[in-house]
Amino acid sequence: MGRYVVRRLLQMIPVFIGATLLIFLMVNVMGDPIAGLCGERQCDPATAARLEQEFGLDKPVWQQYVTYMGNVFTGDFGTAFNGQEVTELMGTAFPVTIRLTLIAIVFEIVIGVTLGVVTGLRRGRPVDTGVLLLTLVVISVPTFVTGLLLQLLLGVKWGWIRPSVSSEAPFDELILPGLVLASVSLAYVTRLTRTSIAENRRSDYVRTAVAKGLPRRRVVVRHLLRNSLIPVVTFIGADIGFLMGGAIVTERIFNIHGVGYQLYQGILRQNTQTVVGFVTVLVLVFLVANLVVDLLYAVLDPRIRYV
Amino acid sequence: MRITTHAGWAVCAMALALATAGCGGGGGGSGDSQAVLSASWGDPQNPLEPSNTNEVQGGKVLDMIFRGLKRYDPETGEAEDMLAEKIETSDSQNFTVTVKDGWTFSNGEKVTAQSFVDAWNYGASLRNNQRNAYFFGYIEGYDQVHPEEGEQTADTLSGLKVTGERTFTVKLTQKFSTFPDTLGYAAFAPLPRAFFDDHDAWVKKPVGNGPYLVESYTRGSQMSLRTWDDYPGDDKAQNGGVDLKVYTDNNTAYTDLLAGNLDLVDDVPAAQLKNVKNDLGDRYLNTPAGIIQTLAFPFYDEAWNTEDATKVRQGLSMAIDRAQITDTIFQKTRTPATDWTSPVLGEDGGFQDGLCGEFCEFKPDEAKKLIEEGGGLPGGKVTITFNADTGSHREWVNAVCNSINNALDNERACTANPVGTFADFRNQITDRKMTGPFRAGWQMDYPLIQNFLQPLYYTNASSNDGKWSNKQFDDLVNRANQETDTAKAVGLFQQAEEVVRDNMAAIPLWYQNGSAGWSERLSSVKLNPFSVPVYNEIKVS
Repeated sequence: MGRYVVRRLLQMIPVFIGATLLIFLMVNVMGDPIAGLCGERQCDPATAARLEQEFGLDKPVWQQYVTYMGNVFTGDFGTAFNGQEVTELMGTAFPVTIRLTLIAIVFEIVIGVTLGVVTGLRRGRPVDTGVLLLTLVVISVPTFVTGLLLQLLLGVKWGWIRPSVSSEAPFDELILPGLVLASVSLAYVTRLTRTSIAENRRSDYVRTAVAKGLPRRRVVVRHLLRNSLIPVVTFIGADIGFLMGGAIVTERIFNIHGVGYQLYQGILRQNTQTVVGFVTVLVLVFLVANLVVDLLYAVLDPRIRYV
Repeated sequence: MRITTHAGWAVCAMALALATAGCGGGGGGSGDSQAVLSASWGDPQNPLEPSNTNEVQGGKVLDMIFRGLKRYDPETGEAEDMLAEKIETSDSQNFTVTVKDGWTFSNGEKVTAQSFVDAWNYGASLRNNQRNAYFFGYIEGYDQVHPEEGEQTADTLSGLKVTGERTFTVKLTQKFSTFPDTLGYAAFAPLPRAFFDDHDAWVKKPVGNGPYLVESYTRGSQMSLRTWDDYPGDDKAQNGGVDLKVYTDNNTAYTDLLAGNLDLVDDVPAAQLKNVKNDLGDRYLNTPAGIIQTLAFPFYDEAWNTEDATKVRQGLSMAIDRAQITDTIFQKTRTPATDWTSPVLGEDGGFQDGLCGEFCEFKPDEAKKLIEEGGGLPGGKVTITFNADTGSHREWVNAVCNSINNALDNERACTANPVGTFADFRNQITDRKMTGPFRAGWQMDYPLIQNFLQPLYYTNASSNDGKWSNKQFDDLVNRANQETDTAKAVGLFQQAEEVVRDNMAAIPLWYQNGSAGWSERLSSVKLNPFSVPVYNEIKVS
């Protein structure tokens, strides 16, 4: 187990370097960001040169990358164009997005898995058909439609919630955005759980457990669900990274100043430092989430051993 | 806005729940000088320094926390003395400025001649990377503190001299009669010692001399401004303060306004313009702002820099149905342009309705004829380049192209060429990569006809993106700048504008309006010619 983890951590290094290099190059391909800083006029060449120097843009790309990576390892992610340290931006953006992601994941697990178990056990009944139809609708409607619609209904027409999230972004204000963010994944989790449960219901160990006279509740939770969760856990694990980086649409609709907002702003202003910094952290989140998922397999299924 | 006492209480309760400061005792009156309003904002692109702010979001804050020598009247746009007691000159080149007595910064420091000179020296110095440094380009010694290349050889502008506690002299490199009128621009604001002594702390919480002071500032999300009670000026704030909230999307801000979470939106999204009358009734404002949209041409491209190409440009201009586009796409929030300035200048300021003449009228048949006379479109077609990341540029460019295609009976005559980001778009322009017309927008820095012509059409001017050059135009502008009589100067500028017209250096499209919507709590909401709300005059009930 220990050796496995070490091996996985070592594997992360090339993935990490490759991913950051790709992002660095992609943002660079977009062109020189300085021209956008002077409004509808040409920057005067002297100031433009000074700014390029300040942001290190006057050096060749490979050198910029090496310098950047060197700084990253000392915890310096550079400065955004508005003079703020990128680490400071991260300090404000990540807590908000983590809260949002947490809420979304909780929704996925609680609602998604419950619905999946209920429908998986009652395959072909009206409940099953109803939920299936509902998930189909949720999957096919784009997030921004769901988001804007709920915002308008709950926020403006009925006045139950604030349509936008305040800058502190406490948990209670993030419930609706979290639900919107989770909606599509939630539908997938439901469907995954349902299929998995329905399949395993007919397996030998479930029949044995029932034959032993175990209470139904224990059969479902301890035996059936535990064995059916592996694909679901894989999905949710991968979803953590996806939710954190892919919240741009939801964060825009509800005016949440999280990672999505900073990334969007960074891309618009072609701010290499912000974009690469945030994506680097997201890559790390992805990698760690994947490792945790793999380790969870062993917990869920004792047959899986890591050596 | 008058409301009954009863309704006043309801509004007060809401205000209490929403804003940090609630209603005071007399909630039923027409304005509570303690109540705080919330307004939409965008994250300023550059650090909030006066000579580093060149966009409207940062400009909003500077307009609240700073007062300069001059101030532009929110209604007429006229430059009026603010901190300036007098600005004297005998030759339009050497100016003596006297600062009014009794002004202080909100931290108690006196505003003196030195506060101005220090600020201007800071803004001009190359070392400080200030985006607006070129505003000081007319002052003598600029080429030493801000050389085009190489190290600067001086730290201060030799043309600025402090001659007393409240007086200083400015020496320009050339005659510039309207120079005093440019001093209302934010870049010319005075700065307290705190700015230089602890710059980092200042940028985190700016200190100025305007009617508001910054109470707290959370970068990227909110700025709370409160009324400065000891403000010495006569434009004291009529409310208790303003909470500026950053919105990523103006649609969300609008939704928040409808839900009662926000008091003021100064950028009604294009998609909502149809509903705005229904949603807000008379709590909506749509007034001209000093913004004009044009199509510029690459004069560095041989094909566009010929005698005949003038006719092609004139023809293209006549092929655009401006009225229809402004009506359907912009719901009359833009007005078809008939000259190259803006209605906010007023007749006396140099705006001349119809100066463009028939070239700005929609005449498809003549358009086709003119383009054919000019040898047809270069290469048989034009592409209009624009940045697709903001505004509703895509919509109008498509509409303009449609209009041209219809006029020319050719489905392929005009195509749109979107560029992903503004920075990339500016880059392609700077690198002279344009091959056809491209979007050129201009928001005035100060309400003078000079600002609509010189930066855009003078040879090698900073915003002359098409690199158009015309000796006759340059001469007229030079003469106008030397002219001490304002009316005569404006007349010369208009003659220069006629040169622009005769060559169709750029196709004027439309004047842009500023728009604002507000909640029932507010009254006396106005937009100044820069399309920024006049916060200090807003009354909150």
